[in-house]
Amino acid sequence: MADIPADQSAGIMRAADGRPLKVALARAQTRARRRAFLLVAPLLFFVLVTFVVPIGQMLHRSVHNPTFVDNMPQVAAWFRDTPAGTEPDEAALAALIAYLAAAAEARTIGAVGTRVNYEMQGTRSLFTAAGRRAGRLEAPYREALLDIDAKWGDPALWSTMRQVSTAYTANFYLAAVDRTRDLDGSVTRVAPDRAVYLTLFQRTFLLSALITFLCLLLGFPIAHLLATLPLRYSNLLMILVLLPFWTSLLVRTTAWMVILQGQGVLNNALVSLGIIGDTGRVELMYNQAGTVIAMTHILLPFMVLPLYSVMRTINPSYVRAARSLGATSWTAFRRVYLPQTLPGIGAGSLLVFILAVGYYITPALVGGASGQLISNLIAFHMQNSLNWSLAAALAALLLAAVLALYWLYDRLVGVDNMKLG
Amino acid sequence: MALPIYASPLERAWHYTYLVICALIFLFLIAPILIIIPLSFNAEAYFTFSEKMLRLDPEGYSLRWYDRLLTFGMVAPDAPRDAAWWSDVWHNASWVRAAKNSLIIGFFATLIATVLGTLAALGLSRPEMPFRRTIMAILISPMIVPIIITATGLFFFYSMVGLAHSYVGIILAHATLGIPFVIITVTATLVGFDQSLNRAAASLGASPTRTFFQVTMPLIMPGVISGALFAFVTSFDEVVVVLFVAAPEQQTIPRQMWNGIREQISPTILAIATILVAISVALLTVLELLRRRSERLRGLSPG
Amino acid sequence: MKRMLFLTSTLMCVGFAAAAQGELNIVSWGGAYGASQMEAYHKPYMALTGIKINSIDADNPATPIKAQVEAGNVSIDIADVEPSDLVRLCDEGALEVLPIDELPDGADGTPAADDFIEGGLYDCGVGTIVYSTLIAYRTDTGVAPTSSADFFDLEKFPGKRGLRKGAKYSLELALMADGVPPAEVYDVLGTPEGVDRAFAKLDTIKDQVIWWEAGAQPPQLLADGEVVMTTAYNGRIFNAMMEENQPFALLWPNQIYDFNLWVIPKGAPHKDAAWEFIKWSTDTQRLADQAGFISYGPARKSSSPLVGLFKDGKTEMGPHMPTNPDYVADALTTDIEFWADHDIELNERFNAWLAAS
Repeated sequence: MADIPADQSAGIMRAADGRPLKVALARAQTRARRRAFLLVAPLLFFVLVTFVVPIGQMLHRSVHNPTFVDNMPQVAAWFRDTPAGTEPDEAALAALIAYLAAAAEARTIGAVGTRVNYEMQGTRSLFTAAGRRAGRLEAPYREALLDIDAKWGDPALWSTMRQVSTAYTANFYLAAVDRTRDLDGSVTRVAPDRAVYLTLFQRTFLLSALITFLCLLLGFPIAHLLATLPLRYSNLLMILVLLPFWTSLLVRTTAWMVILQGQGVLNNALVSLGIIGDTGRVELMYNQAGTVIAMTHILLPFMVLPLYSVMRTINPSYVRAARSLGATSWTAFRRVYLPQTLPGIGAGSLLVFILAVGYYITPALVGGASGQLISNLIAFHMQNSLNWSLAAALAALLLAAVLALYWLYDRLVGVDNMKLG
Repeated sequence: MALPIYASPLERAWHYTYLVICALIFLFLIAPILIIIPLSFNAEAYFTFSEKMLRLDPEGYSLRWYDRLLTFGMVAPDAPRDAAWWSDVWHNASWVRAAKNSLIIGFFATLIATVLGTLAALGLSRPEMPFRRTIMAILISPMIVPIIITATGLFFFYSMVGLAHSYVGIILAHATLGIPFVIITVTATLVGFDQSLNRAAASLGASPTRTFFQVTMPLIMPGVISGALFAFVTSFDEVVVVLFVAAPEQQTIPRQMWNGIREQISPTILAIATILVAISVALLTVLELLRRRSERLRGLSPG
Repeated sequence: MKRMLFLTSTLMCVGFAAAAQGELNIVSWGGAYGASQMEAYHKPYMALTGIKINSIDADNPATPIKAQVEAGNVSIDIADVEPSDLVRLCDEGALEVLPIDELPDGADGTPAADDFIEGGLYDCGVGTIVYSTLIAYRTDTGVAPTSSADFFDLEKFPGKRGLRKGAKYSLELALMADGVPPAEVYDVLGTPEGVDRAFAKLDTIKDQVIWWEAGAQPPQLLADGEVVMTTAYNGRIFNAMMEENQPFALLWPNQIYDFNLWVIPKGAPHKDAAWEFIKWSTDTQRLADQAGFISYGPARKSSSPLVGLFKDGKTEMGPHMPTNPDYVADALTTDIEFWADHDIELNERFNAWLAAS
């Protein structure tokens, strides 16, 4: 007993192995934390590799486009070494022409021309035409180039080439918000007949808001009914909500196409009932109406489920108490019931809105021209115009908006409170 | 939901109006799915109910669109229907190939998502988990980030690492998309899980592995299975990633539908849609049974 | 996990093994046109060589090429593209340069270089058909349009219109309908005022247009009664009329001519086999064969005399061919250089126009 540490008397508790309890506890906690983390680590690693890295890499593309630098390094170097507005000298022009000839030979001239064309309309043919004849050009090069096309003397062209001569650029973000750089490099709006992205972002958010509102309008009554019916009935009715939720998105979209077409089920029914004439068929598809109707249907369960789970927890005696204290049923609903459903309204609305702004399939199939959303334009630039940097810039803006909403959702609702059926 | 006896006539009227409104909303939810089922048996190549169909005349109905599901893409669809014909169906019919692909991709994606997702959910529901909220947010994000962005990112990434046009690439992508569902359902099950059961097992001498398989696992099984079902359905329904990164050999059912819808929405699409609805009904039934089992296990009142 | 890795790697191996046995992935435009290629080229070639041909449909086969080449994973061996896309892709180094002097001579002994119709042979591609984009309409509406101007006349011809989603064809049609003679269309379209004029004309029917993307859509839109008139590829409409007895008709004046050509993307997995297929499928007889399945003109002059009856065995193909002398008078030939150079900017303008509602 003589080796009892002196600090025992000072009241320090010890674990069985003699370490101070505080240290042992901390160590045990560290171990528990490490163990918990190790369980999560494989998945975290998996998601980082298959999801976060690919998206990060794509975002990099929105500011990185080395087409010009890679194919015309010496010309790019000349731009780097001279201040803006410098008249190209013969040496620079000789380098340009040499690369034009080489690029035409290697069949990369179109890629260079396309890159410049993104920033300045109608310049692609300058490069392909000059490339075809570059091998035969002789000094003085300035005159020789001007001889091919007078546009080579345009300061705006050289200003544009200077802009694309760096691999890193913010120009695709400018393009994604309908802006461009003018001659002296300052940011201006593009001509109104070329502005498209801001309109589409605006439309995407407006339509999503409308769809969210419609989902709330339709979801609230049935969620309330489901929450107040005895479980026996509500479980049966719940199937009507869950079946669409579990049915393939393409199946539901197809169903709406069948219903909404000019010669579809709905119009035919209306005509045969004599409500509308055969010539007065309602246009419900290939426009915004189609997008809104189909998406409201598809997203409605995402509104009903969170609403339902909140409404289930509301104690009906509050409303009864309000009534017994003299409130009309409307007042009792508005002042007592509705405030208690707000968490559900918030959760459902945010979820529906977040999902709606990123929708692609349904608008592509039923939206026609006016029902397209920003996702459809991203797909267009990915698959048709192949302006991948612009697609990435648009995607980055959309992603930023979605992540901001997601952060809000996490703060207000908490991602761990998400419920599925 | 019964009306209180003190309800005024106005309230009564409103109550019944309300019920009618609810019925209409339920109709809106379910009608589109139900309407395609009879239309898939249409004998004509139209999307409306023909007069014969409305009169319930058997001549108005036919299985020709289901037959088309088998014959479409075959080398010799008109040959006599013997063993060679069926082998032709098995190897060449577009929809059969698509179904095989969907099942293969769905199976492996579900497996990965469920195993990794369940492990992670176990970690996430421990109170001592560090950075819980942030990590949870990252793991759920594949469900939130617009699919077009995910598909675009995967397109570039897979091209770089050589996973494009491969089964592995699509399986990994679908697993990622299914993970949030597994996490959500399994963590939800674990919320009601009594941690003292684990401690009891440990104090009785069980190793952590044994505790997991004999105590934890059976209790969270309903959550794991419903998470797996969600993950499977996510993969089974996914078309955008397949559009962006898959080669023709990896054509899945939704991809084939996408083609069909854009080119010619013949009632063949409705036939496959009807089959998919039947599958959803089956999955939903399984899920409902699991939910009841889970409630029983956790001692909650049965529904 | 190990087992799963094993299984997936087995799956991959199976995939590779199948690809190695001799397959060709051919991307084309689908629908009746894809079917005609299947009958005239793919099936006989598979029977002849044992090579398995996978026929893949795309709205425009040119678009996946650039994506695949630039991303460095090419799965397409052969694609069927329009000349303007061919020139653009060729300039950007996305296509293999083909040894076109290896192409077989025509059946009459003409060297291949002279046998192909002008515009049907490039160093990156070999022509198969001449097709036309033109107005198709339903004959059961009581009134038949007689000119491209009628397409824009909503009072005389009420109802929805179908147009291909994109600047190409829409702008040309709009200008011709606005009175520009076919010979001057591209001169006018080369000026900013001309572009404005074309869009102004399109504005007059904008809210009545359903935009289609795949060539199989217009006959479907007409058949469903979703539109009363639409631009379409002549062969698709012809096949719908012949095979499904649809009440359609074609408006030949102001048809817009173009070619379709086989190309091989740079880095195609079976480049040599692809070239063998192209050489075989573009000989005189094969090109003539295809015309028996769809009303598109063969790209070789020597094939024309061999074009016989439609596959039904009774319909003469001559009157349904875009190359019929009766129809070429006020036809417009697509200006390849124009579209190679202006495709991007005009489509940007088109998208902006479409999005502004």
